[in-house]
Amino acid sequence: MSLGLTSASFPKNAHAALANPPLLKAIAHIEETLVGGRRRAVDALPEFDALRDAGRDIKAHTLKHLDLYLEAFEKKVVEAGGFVHWAADAAEASRIVLDICQAAGARRVTKGKSMITEEVGLNAFLGANGITPVETDLGEYIIQLRGETPSHIIAPAVHVNKEQVAADFRRVHTDLDPKRNLDEPTSLLAEARGVLRERFLSADVGITGANFLVAETGSTVIVTNEGNGDLTQILPKTHIVLASIEKVVPTLEDVATIMRLLARSATGQEMSVYTTFSTGPRRAGDPDGPEAFHVVLLDNGRSAMLGSEFEDMLRCIRCGACINHCPVYRSIGGHAYGSVYPGPMGSVLTPSLQGLEKAAHLANASTLCGRCESVCPMRIPLPKMLRHWREKEFERHLTPKKARFGLAVWRFFAARPHLYGAATRLAAWGLARLAGKNGALSQVPLADGWTRWRDLPAPEGGTFRTEWAKRGRK
Amino acid sequence: MSSRDAILGRIRRSLGVSGTDATRLAAVHHRLTETPVNVVPARGQLPDAERVELFVRKACEIFATVARLDSRDEVPAAVAEYLRDRNLPQAIRRGEDPRLASLPWEREAQLAVTIGPSVGRDLAGLSHADAGVAETGTVVLTSGVNNPTTLNFLPDHHIVVVDASTIKGDYETVWANLRERFGAGVMPRTVNLVTGPSRSADIEETLLLGAHGPRSLHILVVG
Repeated sequence: MSLGLTSASFPKNAHAALANPPLLKAIAHIEETLVGGRRRAVDALPEFDALRDAGRDIKAHTLKHLDLYLEAFEKKVVEAGGFVHWAADAAEASRIVLDICQAAGARRVTKGKSMITEEVGLNAFLGANGITPVETDLGEYIIQLRGETPSHIIAPAVHVNKEQVAADFRRVHTDLDPKRNLDEPTSLLAEARGVLRERFLSADVGITGANFLVAETGSTVIVTNEGNGDLTQILPKTHIVLASIEKVVPTLEDVATIMRLLARSATGQEMSVYTTFSTGPRRAGDPDGPEAFHVVLLDNGRSAMLGSEFEDMLRCIRCGACINHCPVYRSIGGHAYGSVYPGPMGSVLTPSLQGLEKAAHLANASTLCGRCESVCPMRIPLPKMLRHWREKEFERHLTPKKARFGLAVWRFFAARPHLYGAATRLAAWGLARLAGKNGALSQVPLADGWTRWRDLPAPEGGTFRTEWAKRGRK
Repeated sequence: MSSRDAILGRIRRSLGVSGTDATRLAAVHHRLTETPVNVVPARGQLPDAERVELFVRKACEIFATVARLDSRDEVPAAVAEYLRDRNLPQAIRRGEDPRLASLPWEREAQLAVTIGPSVGRDLAGLSHADAGVAETGTVVLTSGVNNPTTLNFLPDHHIVVVDASTIKGDYETVWANLRERFGAGVMPRTVNLVTGPSRSADIEETLLLGAHGPRSLHILVVG
């Protein structure tokens, strides 16, 4: 099973988000922290654009040889004493993880932050089978306590304020002094550290995702700042890595190149605090580390994206830069999208994974302004792919009737330039007259989606085409 | 059909390729054995002394603290001093690493040195890095019989010794050295690239140090 997709209610969700001031305040921080941080980090590295080209080329090469690199990766994992499992879809991945947990006799399971486990709905599935994994990333822990899903792929609790976190901690950590002070983020962090430390030390199985799978060495790589992913994977007897197939890269050199792009694009750091390579289980004589090492490779729709107009999306390294720079995301936050992955990357990926019928609205949740592509470290042409989805939506008659009618009217005029010119001149004249001296319209037929929120400035002169002709341009 | 065969089959159908195509196999073999270097930033490509200075500057930028020592014999005193300055008990846990075992610990009579992996009760841990990366002020730690990974994450304070001669300009040089030491395509169980102390910005995007890993990272650069 996977988490419920509510993308169909996107317009309703978006309106609700716009009327939620605490949410808007929370996401407003993104400009200074994540967007500003990225800009400063990029400015400090002259080779950044050359690295983007190299990163794109690494992923493009890998995708063209994906079958072979996956086989090479598998071989190296097995040589190092680990196990590789292949999961065609979300249900199979969840089942494999459950089987490993049950075979290990697991009662306590910890988890590092992983969007793939969100994609397959792992927590709900394990919970239904008597195992409740504890999220250990601070943001993920907070939203787990709140029964929510991440609203951002790298800052899952970006929509929550500290007062809400304090209330949740008081509600759940009932064995602690009710009079304790939780006013400051530092005291909240200290409390989470203490509570989760116990969980780390008593876990039987630790589950992490992976930022990279290295074909050369059979290593899985996680990139974190808190250190929770490392405590999740080194303390329990069993370490399970759940990763999708496009995470594989050929060599350590390739990891180095993409690593230089990842943190800068994500948080504005030059490097995340912990980049950890795990290869097989603990070796003979090792004083610590897991005794069993499992890698679950998930397809879940990705193999069908190869060779299609959406292949480039498989270069995505989940940095979140497109999300941070998206004017739509920045206006409504992540939950309104109703999909596991929000923002531009989510709007492109979700229909591929879940089917266009369930996610048709998402491609329209964009102004196609192009900021996402301009900051994407992997140079993924996100606006182009959003347009592909819009075309498919139209072709498959998933577009609402009113919009289809509007497009048909527009097409009729657009195919007849003289008629188009006459109609737009008439409209410009009519709107200017209707507006009178104000120069603005508070009501326009068929445009209440605009005028409900703000006035429409009336045309002040001729149409674009008449102005263009006046300047003598053909 | 197994899911493995189904997935690999779908990939090949989508790409319109075969898994036995000699050109494709050769391309992959070349990449995995020749391990070509991509773009390496000029930033770390410096003469020895300046490279170490860059490492120190970068480490301090990301909230690590650094002390420069002339010789490794000064490490025990530097550890004792660090603990004293922060009002911590004179106690440290370390692995059996000969580079640490051979130090003159007897000179610090007050300092209690315990050996082995951490189970979460140590305030301070000591590790020896295999390398440093000047580009970002990163230390590289590898696991092994004498080097428990738990020491890098469980203690509140992590002290790391790094030889100045092992501080390289970039990650690629470190990879080359790893291959030389462990063999091509072979890695120790755990390789940790550590860049500053543990941090989180998950509450209102406020940067806080000491999330789940060490609250502070102190680097002793020897030489």
